Amino acid sequence: MSATGVAQRERLVVVGNGMAGVRTVEEILRRVGPEHYDITIFGDEPYPNYNRILLSNVLAGTEDVDNVFINSIDWYDRNGVTLRVRSRVCSVDRWAKKVFTCDGDSAPYDKLILATGSRPYFPPLAGIRSSDGKLLGGVFGFRTLDDCSAMLDSVRHSSRAVVIGGGLLGLEAARAMLARGLDVDLVHGSGDLMNQQLDSEAAGILRSTVQQLGITVHLKTKTVAVIGTSRVKGVIFDDGSNLAADMVIVATGVTPNVELAVEAGLTVQRAVVTDDRMRSLDDHSIYAVGECAEHRGQVYGLVAPLWEQAGTLADNLTAHNPKSVYLGSKIATKLKVMGVELATMGLKSATHEDDEVVKFLEPKRGIYKNVVLRDSKVVGATLLGDLSKVAFLLQAFDQGRPISEERHSLLFDIGSPDTQRSVAELPDDTQICNCNGVDKATLIAAVKAGNRSVKAAMSATRAGTGCGSCRTLVSDIVELACGGTVEEDPSSGYYVPAIPLSKPELVQRIRGMQLRSVSSVFDALSPGVEDALSKPGVASLLRTLWGGEYEDQRDARFVNDRVHGNIQKDGTFSVVPSMPGGVTSAAQLRRIADAADKYGVAMVKVTGGQRIDLLGVKKQDLPGIWADLDMESGFAYGKTFRTCKTCVGTEFCRYGLGDSTELGVSIDQRFKGLESPAKMKLSVSGCPRNCAESLVKDVGVVAIEGGRWEVYVGGSAGSHIRRGELLSVVGSKDDVLRLVGRFVQYYRLNGKYLERPYAFVEREGIERLRSVLVDDSEGLCDVLEAEIQASVDAYSDPWSEGDFPVTPNQFVRRIPVK
Amino acid sequence: MRLVDETCIGALERIPVGEGREVDLGGLLVAVFRTRSGSVHALEARCPHRGGPLADGLVDSTSVVCPLHGWRFRLQDGAALVGDSPTRSFAVREGDDGNIYVRCPAPASDGLGPAESPD
Ligand code: SRM
Ligand SMILES: Cc1cc2nc3c(=O)[nH]c(=O)nc-3n(C[C@H](O)[C@H](O)[C@H](O)COP(=O)(O)OP(=O)(O)OC[C@H]3O[C@@H](n4cnc5c(N)ncnc54)[C@H](O)[C@@H]3O)c2cc1C
Ligand code: SF4
Ligand code: FES
Repeated sequence: MSATGVAQRERLVVVGNGMAGVRTVEEILRRVGPEHYDITIFGDEPYPNYNRILLSNVLAGTEDVDNVFINSIDWYDRNGVTLRVRSRVCSVDRWAKKVFTCDGDSAPYDKLILATGSRPYFPPLAGIRSSDGKLLGGVFGFRTLDDCSAMLDSVRHSSRAVVIGGGLLGLEAARAMLARGLDVDLVHGSGDLMNQQLDSEAAGILRSTVQQLGITVHLKTKTVAVIGTSRVKGVIFDDGSNLAADMVIVATGVTPNVELAVEAGLTVQRAVVTDDRMRSLDDHSIYAVGECAEHRGQVYGLVAPLWEQAGTLADNLTAHNPKSVYLGSKIATKLKVMGVELATMGLKSATHEDDEVVKFLEPKRGIYKNVVLRDSKVVGATLLGDLSKVAFLLQAFDQGRPISEERHSLLFDIGSPDTQRSVAELPDDTQICNCNGVDKATLIAAVKAGNRSVKAAMSATRAGTGCGSCRTLVSDIVELACGGTVEEDPSSGYYVPAIPLSKPELVQRIRGMQLRSVSSVFDALSPGVEDALSKPGVASLLRTLWGGEYEDQRDARFVNDRVHGNIQKDGTFSVVPSMPGGVTSAAQLRRIADAADKYGVAMVKVTGGQRIDLLGVKKQDLPGIWADLDMESGFAYGKTFRTCKTCVGTEFCRYGLGDSTELGVSIDQRFKGLESPAKMKLSVSGCPRNCAESLVKDVGVVAIEGGRWEVYVGGSAGSHIRRGELLSVVGSKDDVLRLVGRFVQYYRLNGKYLERPYAFVEREGIERLRSVLVDDSEGLCDVLEAEIQASVDAYSDPWSEGDFPVTPNQFVRRIPVK
Repeated sequence: MRLVDETCIGALERIPVGEGREVDLGGLLVAVFRTRSGSVHALEARCPHRGGPLADGLVDSTSVVCPLHGWRFRLQDGAALVGDSPTRSFAVREGDDGNIYVRCPAPASDGLGPAESPD
């Protein structure tokens, strides 16, 4: 690497591939790029750096484990950082300036950072370890991804968990076990939950909130022993009572990993003592950061302080700002427990006689608010059950400037647009996202750079993409930076982002100028700016407007609509054949089974939409599997009509009032494949018992006594729950088909791109829809019916393209090199 | 410097207008794009986020959007327009013979094993 004779770069070695160590490296790279240091990181875990904070959510099942990784292996490569995973450093030779791993490797350093974090502390309970010193089976600490996976494995054959320790981590673990369906007992030695952060009153309210969730709380209870020989069976308390348990999670604090430092002769108290530049006291080429560092008597166990330490350390190691010093952090925490809103900062109660305490309590609703002021400055606050003031208080706490407000306004917003004001007042360098360390200024800069939606700003900065507790704050700031909402963000009124026209305006231009292809729309209406993300929306609209006269350009389609399957996480596709009304036959099932075998389908699954999904099909196998199945596409990938669920109805059911299966099949056959602003899922139930869930479908039909049918529109039970509204009651199946056709076409013409009927119906209002579609107040019904008929007639099964590809290499995974 | 190879990946028409296709250059997977404005570009085929197939992305005259989670890359140089990290780009040209030629590091000395892929 240095063959050219360039001066050797200084070697930086980091022990600990965790949140603080890697953050420091990121900060260094941000300041001086990858060329400055030759960096090696040793980590004893087998993974690249991940967000430990999110493990609580992973354990609870609210976050996918894939989302916890902060840096990919690729990131290390790209930045020239050598990562040695599963490499535990066992000693440091300060004189030779080398570190040695336990398996005998070594690495020389010029600068060394200790970022070894801490490990769970296990109290010396009788029976907690087996004779080989290992924890008894079923007993867990909660620190690493492996701990988390081990607990998740154990959860499957456990029904009772005991969590020892009622601090932040213990509460999060208890909530997670509850979410996994276990009976949970939380045992805490003190009389107050979270006694480090909360006073007794707040702790009392928290306790009842937690109990209401279904966790049994035992306070002032000291565990003395763990029972069980090969696996845990329970725990025993000092009063002799006991609790049965299949899992015991110990969350009674942490021990900093300082053995290396001690052995190297560095000054260690609770942790490695550092000066204000994060240097060890004894050796100026060795630094410590994170939970293994002790600064001015403080050892922090939260990420925000570690980020500040990492910044100072990076300044020092790069001479970026040689005067940079770390002076300690103010600490604030939020509990990540679903169903409990709790934030605390600084002091939990008055500690000086002059301290002023402003307090509000409403135990019945689980609300507690408490602010501690000293010389009119906020030095502490606790908010439980209502976090509406948290942004404002955090800012006041961080800034430490005197508060002039009337005291009640510290706790409530009476008649004022609260968050707006408080967000506006936040200083620019306030860290908004504690997981990814994004401050207000960065977020605002991202918005100004064009990321004008919350989602865009989030993906540009990563703010809000960690544990998610700051998302409200992030959106408030984005809104603020957009200066109000709609006016400043005009594209929200556009049909697609790149063409500055609303849907009606766009429709008018397209018709007026006879634009029949996506590229002609861009050429005419958005000169010079083709936008990848705007193409599918335009394509969908053109197809609705022109039917068979639409000039199809395949590059305007999302990949799903190019190959007629839904892309999966590994680049394979799913195949969902149409199965009208959920009705199939033995012969069809046999073909499906044979095809699944022949193409090595990864999973055959009955979908929530009453059909069968063949998952994990390779792109190049699509034509073959379609041919073998000999069924039509179910369009499970498109912004189209999807399915019409049915129940068994009059034919078999003793309650049936109408032949729902037959009607559902007719609906499916009539509207199959129909392009629409967003997907449409319909259903028909044979009686008001509603076995096909008709009230929560885009269009739902219910048979009622007297041979009549109710038609509901705008229901949903996906990411939103909405009860469909009754559009009309009609007398026959043909009437149903006609009315549904009118509604569907009206929606196709007027719905915004990606706007589901539940939003569309809400926007239009059921009265207006009824007047247009049932009473024909605008004389549109004939036109709507004719148009929908034309679209129905234009149907063709996209899977027939398997035999006749329409673009070169349409179903080729990889084109062979000539 | 290592030598770079120029590999012919066949006629321009093998790639539909406005789309991309993946090619395997001795273990190195490359996505080659043909834009509506007539240019050709080549990027590393696997998205740096979670390995999404960039050749399946939506393309416009300047960028491609990964089909999995929407990271967006500049075709010219692989810069990340949305997302955390850029991807590699390779020099590519359309020869007088109508074929496309991609230049990328000689695969043997590149050290990249064959990328993981579903086939
Ligand atoms: C396969 C299936 C799950 C299953 O195994 O049962 C499924 C799978 C997906 N759903 Fe679903 N949904 C499936 C039934 C549902 C249902 C239930 C139903 O259809 O009765 C719902 C709630 C009803 C609804 O849609 O309102 C549902 C609400 C969603 C949503 C939320 C939509 C909303 O606006 O509320 C999304 C996200 C979206 O569309 O943006 C979604 C998105 C997805 C996607 C397409 C995500 C994606 O873009 O990759 C999933 C594709 C997985 C894959 O790789 O193939 N899926 N999804 C079901 C297919 C039904 C079918 O036969 O077509
Ligand atoms: C479940 C859970 C939830 C949490 N929730 C929050 C929260 O909501 N908010 C918050 O602010 N904080 C939270 N925390 C705390 C936060 O995660 C820690 O403060 C932070 O991770 C500490 O960073 P660190 O780098 O000092 O230590 P770590 O992230 O633990 O990293 C240290 C790394 O060094 C490795 N290591 C140790 N010794 C050696 C050695 N000799 N050789 C090689 N490698 C070694 C360790 O294996 C580890 O990978 C939570 C912690 C957990 C466990
Ligand atoms: S199938 Fe639906 S609910 Fe399940 S993970 Fe995918 S999008 Fe989410
Ligand atoms: S894999 Fe490309 S954006 Fe996620």
